[in-house]
Amino acid sequence: MTRRHLLSAADLTRADAEEILTTAASMHDIQHREVKKLPTLRGRTVINLFFEDSTRTRTSFELAGKWMSADTINISAKGSSASKGESLRDTVLTVDAMSVDAFIIRHSASGACHQVAGWVDASVINAGDGTHEHPTQALLDAYTMQQRIGSLEGRHIAIVGDLTHSRVFRSNLILLRTLGARLTVVAPPTLLPSGIGAWSARDGFTVSSDLDAVLSGDDVPDAVMMLRVQKERMSGGYFPTAREYAVGYGMTAARYRALSAANPDVAILHPGPMNRGLEISPEAADSPHSVILDQVSAGVAVRMAVLYHLLAADTTEVAV
Amino acid sequence: MACPDVEPQAQSLDPVFAAAAAPSPVSPGPASPDGPPPDPSPPDARVVLTDADIARALRRIAHEVLERTKSLDTVVVLGIPTRGSSLARRLVAVIEEVEGVSVPVGVLDVTMYRDDLRHQPTRHVEPSQIPATGVEDKTVILVDDVLYSGRTVRAALDALADYGRPRAVQLAVLVDRGHRQLPIRADYVGKNLPTSTAEKVQVRLTEHDGLDVVRITGGLPR
Repeated sequence: MTRRHLLSAADLTRADAEEILTTAASMHDIQHREVKKLPTLRGRTVINLFFEDSTRTRTSFELAGKWMSADTINISAKGSSASKGESLRDTVLTVDAMSVDAFIIRHSASGACHQVAGWVDASVINAGDGTHEHPTQALLDAYTMQQRIGSLEGRHIAIVGDLTHSRVFRSNLILLRTLGARLTVVAPPTLLPSGIGAWSARDGFTVSSDLDAVLSGDDVPDAVMMLRVQKERMSGGYFPTAREYAVGYGMTAARYRALSAANPDVAILHPGPMNRGLEISPEAADSPHSVILDQVSAGVAVRMAVLYHLLAADTTEVAV
Repeated sequence: MACPDVEPQAQSLDPVFAAAAAPSPVSPGPASPDGPPPDPSPPDARVVLTDADIARALRRIAHEVLERTKSLDTVVVLGIPTRGSSLARRLVAVIEEVEGVSVPVGVLDVTMYRDDLRHQPTRHVEPSQIPATGVEDKTVILVDDVLYSGRTVRAALDALADYGRPRAVQLAVLVDRGHRQLPIRADYVGKNLPTSTAEKVQVRLTEHDGLDVVRITGGLPR
């Protein structure tokens, strides 16, 4: 992998993605060691620049950097000059002028990371931009599924929930297709992105608004990813009541029992944070089929692998 | 390591490409006698160790290990990927055959500890497999194919320290080609091979390449 930025899951070829997932498996072992430290990125500086709230992504990027001996610094919008009205461009140029090596950026505007990548000398990693993409989440989801159900080639994966507002969905759709999986996406008609008909025809995935039909029949999914209902991005009436959403599109206890009976090896994912009782019931979230905590555990390893592949080799001075 | 013959110059293949192009480790058997050789020898290559020489060298190293080590109970053998891992397994197999004692063997990946990561394309990382006995208070024998600059071994010593504190660390290599850049020496050497830095030492092992041979390529014609 010779690229400098990770802005979209589409940046990764299948070989790139598989190399990162293999590296992540090695990094995962580190978490069980007494000494959780590698000297690999010693002397590198990694800036976590978060304009949106985050617990697991920010923490896991910070741990990933620290366990590889990079100096990691967190900047959040609250408490930085951004709250005094400084523009995104001025903020990143100011920090870039301090000779940092990487920016890990979360921003509420789709495309913010692409913009920043054009302004700075450092590497840019997209940690979630608006409703656009969240490539490291897709990598850790793919890693978690591989660990549970094996190779994703030809496997059937369902992604269920608020597709319109979900960057996790967009990155997963791209990456899982790159890795050879078959995808079915499920949402209420009001939460299907506009133009998804042409999109699914072009990229070859299935769209449905009938969750029970997708979870039963001859082609029961090998993994089901429940997306969070993003109340903070919902301005209008996408569904009448939370109860109605849960009954139609949530992984209810009854639906979970039917699914796990139809496919005893099914893996249930959720990117977190969960709205228990809305898109996922406690019965499903705390079941043996749930890999939700495995996803969190994989987060650090996958982000270490990404930092390694982007930062370890200094692409600007390769000609030694 | 993946490309010991070019260490420490930045000449290794792109690791992603190399990983994709590497022969499947599942079926490393030699090609049929009629077929093309599995690893065509470069035109200027000189064979310095044949398969029989390699087997003999490993057998001798196994005996030297037995002579030097009073108790095999505390020995752990760790190979450095890629070809060191295979040599480590072969060495342990010989020791077990001679003594009838089983010795823990594992893999120690040192990529993350290298000091030349910045100057090379991103290297492929293999998972380390440390035997359940751990390395604490053990006599660890590191195994690699070629000893050259010594930087891989330095990285291995650092990596080892993060798993525990061995009582002693020894080094076994198939080929010592000289040109050390660090104060490091091998305890067991299959063959001392004086080389010029312009030459490359190619170690090919059945597990990876379909045949056992050590060759020298490049350098001035002799």
